[in-house]
Amino acid sequence: MSNANQQAVARYKNNFLKEVEERVEEGHWVKMCMQCGVCAGSCPLGPAWEHTPQKIFMMIRAGKRDEVLQSDSMWMCTSCYNCIARCPRKLPITHIMHGLANYAHRLGIAPKGQPTREFAVMFWKNLTKRGRTNELMLTLSLYFANGIGPGIQTAMNMQKIGLGMVLAGRLNPMEIFGGHSVKDLKGFHAVLAKAKEIEDRKKGFAA
Amino acid sequence: MTASIATGQTILVVGGGISGMTAALEAAECGKQVILVEKTPTLGGRTAQLYRYFPKMCHPTCGLEINLKRIKGNPNVRVMTMTEVTAVAGSRGNYAVTLKVAPRYVNENCTACGDCGKAVTSEVADTYNYGDGKTGAKVKAAYLPHAMAYPQRYVIDPSIAGTAEGEAAKAACKYGAVDLGMKDENVQLNVGAVVWATGWRPYDANKIQPYGYDRYANVITSVEFERLADPHGPTGGKILRPGDGKEAKDIAFIQCAGSRDENHLRHCSRICCMASLKQTQYVREAYGDAGKSTIYYIDIRAIDRFEDFYQMVQKDATVSFVKSKVARIAENKENGNPVLHGVDTEGYHRYATEHDLVVLAVGMEPEVTGVKLPDDIVLDSSNFIEGSKDGGMIGAGAASSPLDVNRAVQSATAASLKAIQVIHKTASTEAA
Repeated sequence: MSNANQQAVARYKNNFLKEVEERVEEGHWVKMCMQCGVCAGSCPLGPAWEHTPQKIFMMIRAGKRDEVLQSDSMWMCTSCYNCIARCPRKLPITHIMHGLANYAHRLGIAPKGQPTREFAVMFWKNLTKRGRTNELMLTLSLYFANGIGPGIQTAMNMQKIGLGMVLAGRLNPMEIFGGHSVKDLKGFHAVLAKAKEIEDRKKGFAA
Repeated sequence: MTASIATGQTILVVGGGISGMTAALEAAECGKQVILVEKTPTLGGRTAQLYRYFPKMCHPTCGLEINLKRIKGNPNVRVMTMTEVTAVAGSRGNYAVTLKVAPRYVNENCTACGDCGKAVTSEVADTYNYGDGKTGAKVKAAYLPHAMAYPQRYVIDPSIAGTAEGEAAKAACKYGAVDLGMKDENVQLNVGAVVWATGWRPYDANKIQPYGYDRYANVITSVEFERLADPHGPTGGKILRPGDGKEAKDIAFIQCAGSRDENHLRHCSRICCMASLKQTQYVREAYGDAGKSTIYYIDIRAIDRFEDFYQMVQKDATVSFVKSKVARIAENKENGNPVLHGVDTEGYHRYATEHDLVVLAVGMEPEVTGVKLPDDIVLDSSNFIEGSKDGGMIGAGAASSPLDVNRAVQSATAASLKAIQVIHKTASTEAA
């Protein structure tokens, strides 16, 4: 076979669809899309997406690995589930979008500075540290994510609400010293480590 | 009386549409005894409600007339209208069937002169013109179902049977044909085989919530559009939209309205693409080059030899195609125009397009969906009838699969042959 032929074969081999099927949550559904477009038209944030879900499915099938995984489109999903409810083929579109975002993140090629991604990382760290979300710290880290100046500005703006929450017993200022944790923190971390190990093995990330 | 002619060698055909008429006639013309029962007051079924057929664009009245002539001339077929099957017991070759005959309040003396209709003022929904839907067509409570109705005999609606209006209809009849004392009648029959030609019904468009059939006056179904285009229909053949009675010249056709959708009908209804392609030609017929049809589709399925019809419509400059399943419909409150929202698949463009009228190409659902059928009848996952395991009961036409008229007739002929085989086996067993 000539070099050009081999290149063409490689191009149409579509390893990316296989990769998505094997390594992305619910990725095996991608081949079921019939390109009707109802997901895109039903998405309340649709116009904000660079590539709509049905376009992403077609791009996966066309082997456009970098364009898909480096895109910030799937990070736009707010999990309203309208697309799942409407999809005539019952594709779990919301889950596939999160699966793709998660996969791109794991590979380290998801767009840097994408706000949804940054907040997700922030939330995960906050939650897994002690097994309980530290709401005070989560809020503060979000306020100061864009620097000290804007952080102080936002904190000042939200002062009244924060105070009200403290008085109502909905926010504990002492949480700033690390916050409460689950009873068996060591056990909780062991559970997470085991879950990660199983997940990595399933998705081919095993060390 | 009826029971005495029916034996294990009689074939019962359930449903008097094009499939049932065909199945009954094919068997009868082979010399078999056939009883053809029909739930409504007339034969013809949904075929009689079409304006034109695809692909030849001829009128169904022609084919119906031929079939009715065959029925009238064949003593082997006994037609029972306003009759439903309420129970089937037994097995292949030996069924005991119970029928319920509803009162027509008009007997065989009727000459269809129409005097009873003139004597009556109250109206009921004209089901022939889908008057229970968007056409809102009404008919007098003493009526002839439609011009081609067979039997050619009036019907008195039960709502006026016990009233002064009923008496007025009776008094107006010169032939003593009105009999207000008629009651529900139960009939027992013995038959050897049962052909289920119970047909289809349009999928309930109200269930497709994002398309707003229940909210927007100018969103109608494809079957209603047939009646609007028909000169015998409620608008005299003018395409007037229900919202304000204005002429609709820019019409959107939405394919797969219910079909190919796990939330609605999981099957492809097969006929809807061809029906919409055909209906674009009604728009052309009405307005010439001034009409405009837009077909929104997932993919056009002009089954087998109809591809050339699709190509013919593609060449028509008044027809355009948008590859997209419409996501939702809104309404322009100022002019009542439906606005279609979605994203197309040829470039992924987001659109919000206004049209005068939207026609939903609704899918075919078996008419028996939700009806209790005999236990040994096997249905497929969309409730189409496959028949009984022992082969004594056979599905035919659109009751067995989503089919157009042509294929329904083929299916019914095949079902008829199977029924004849059952009868032959029964006859040879009885002789032995």
